[in-house]
Amino acid sequence: MNAFEYRRATTVGHVVAWLRDEPDAKLLAGGQTLLASMQLGMAAPPVLIDLQSLPELQDIRLEQDHLWVGAMCTHARIARLQLVRDALPGIAKLAGGIADQQVRNRGTIGGSVANADPAACWPAGLLASGATLVTDRREISADDFFQGLFTTALAPDEVLVGVKFPRAGALHYVKFEQAASRFALVGAAVWRGPSGVRVALTGLGHGITRWPEAEAALSRRFAPLELHGTDFPADLCTGDLHASAKYRAHLAAVLTARAVALHQEHA
Amino acid sequence: MNESTCAHVNGKRVALPARPNVTLVGWLRDELQLTGTHRACDTAQCGACTVLVEGAAVKSCNVLACQVSGANIRTVEGLAAEGGPLHPLQRAFGEHHALQCGYCTSGMLMRAAAMVEEGVPAEPEAVAHALGGNICRCTGYEGIVKAICQGLREIRAGKLA
Repeated sequence: MNAFEYRRATTVGHVVAWLRDEPDAKLLAGGQTLLASMQLGMAAPPVLIDLQSLPELQDIRLEQDHLWVGAMCTHARIARLQLVRDALPGIAKLAGGIADQQVRNRGTIGGSVANADPAACWPAGLLASGATLVTDRREISADDFFQGLFTTALAPDEVLVGVKFPRAGALHYVKFEQAASRFALVGAAVWRGPSGVRVALTGLGHGITRWPEAEAALSRRFAPLELHGTDFPADLCTGDLHASAKYRAHLAAVLTARAVALHQEHA
Repeated sequence: MNESTCAHVNGKRVALPARPNVTLVGWLRDELQLTGTHRACDTAQCGACTVLVEGAAVKSCNVLACQVSGANIRTVEGLAAEGGPLHPLQRAFGEHHALQCGYCTSGMLMRAAAMVEEGVPAEPEAVAHALGGNICRCTGYEGIVKAICQGLREIRAGKLA
């Protein structure tokens, strides 16, 4: 692992100032992606800014119309907190299905979302839920935040502080794991609420995406069979050693239908 | 030594390494000579490096030592009391043939130790699921799962955690 300078931030202001002074610095959240990358030589930041001592990023609370989840909350905490399980059980379940317990005990929602891995679970959950991302300087809708492979709307010196999940509506997320990495080969998040149906897919290869055709079909009739015979476009999917583009496209439809079935089961 | 420059390993206060680019497993093994924790894949997949930080199971190859300043860390060396009898989990691993080469074993034991607080039921399906972050190449897992079920039952029945 490369030599680097380690800094522990105590205010968000510090973090922003340090990012401006050190353009090659990286933020250290749970480290479950960053540290592994550094050990493989895939990243070599000269400065690491540890975010664990910022209490305002650890808060989880219920507001009138949304659930606030601080960026440094671990997947494990989000999965086990009763207030999350009661208010938004689909969110708790998504968190509890990420990787394994050891990774969940360190990995954070903020780290996952800011990294925007094209096979990660949280981005799909946020996009389907129509969540709002809150930074040190503005609020960004999930639709505007995720911009492709490992690409978000965050400015180089911008710090994600937390996520607002709308309390209205329900989310169900189904993923088919790639057996070794436990990442989603494909994952489908289906949200149903007052404003209609939203479908977000991860793992297809070009970054997370909504699926307008499925949303239209499910708005006509909310049932798994509405998707029968409709695959996601294969030309928008990646083929690799784990799965062909056609396989991913078909899997997207199968998993979306399963998520719809879960909605019906829990209605 | 203050809380930002040390950690507590198996109840003992120890100074953290001077340089930050040291993983928790590297510090435990190479500097503290606590070689019970193993390095196997070094890519945070196999779980052989699992230790407890504030009671939570973590993969020590994927945590920096400086991230856990001030924290209570427990390794396999800290399972049984010094000079005392084996921990119920260790005894169960012996009884149920839950190890062959032993490489994954300390990681399995520490993962299992965390299951007590997590409330994982002492049932094969639940334990197997909870072991998702730990790989074994030798045993086929059956002995490991049986041993952990027995260990969890004994610990919860009050037989010496």
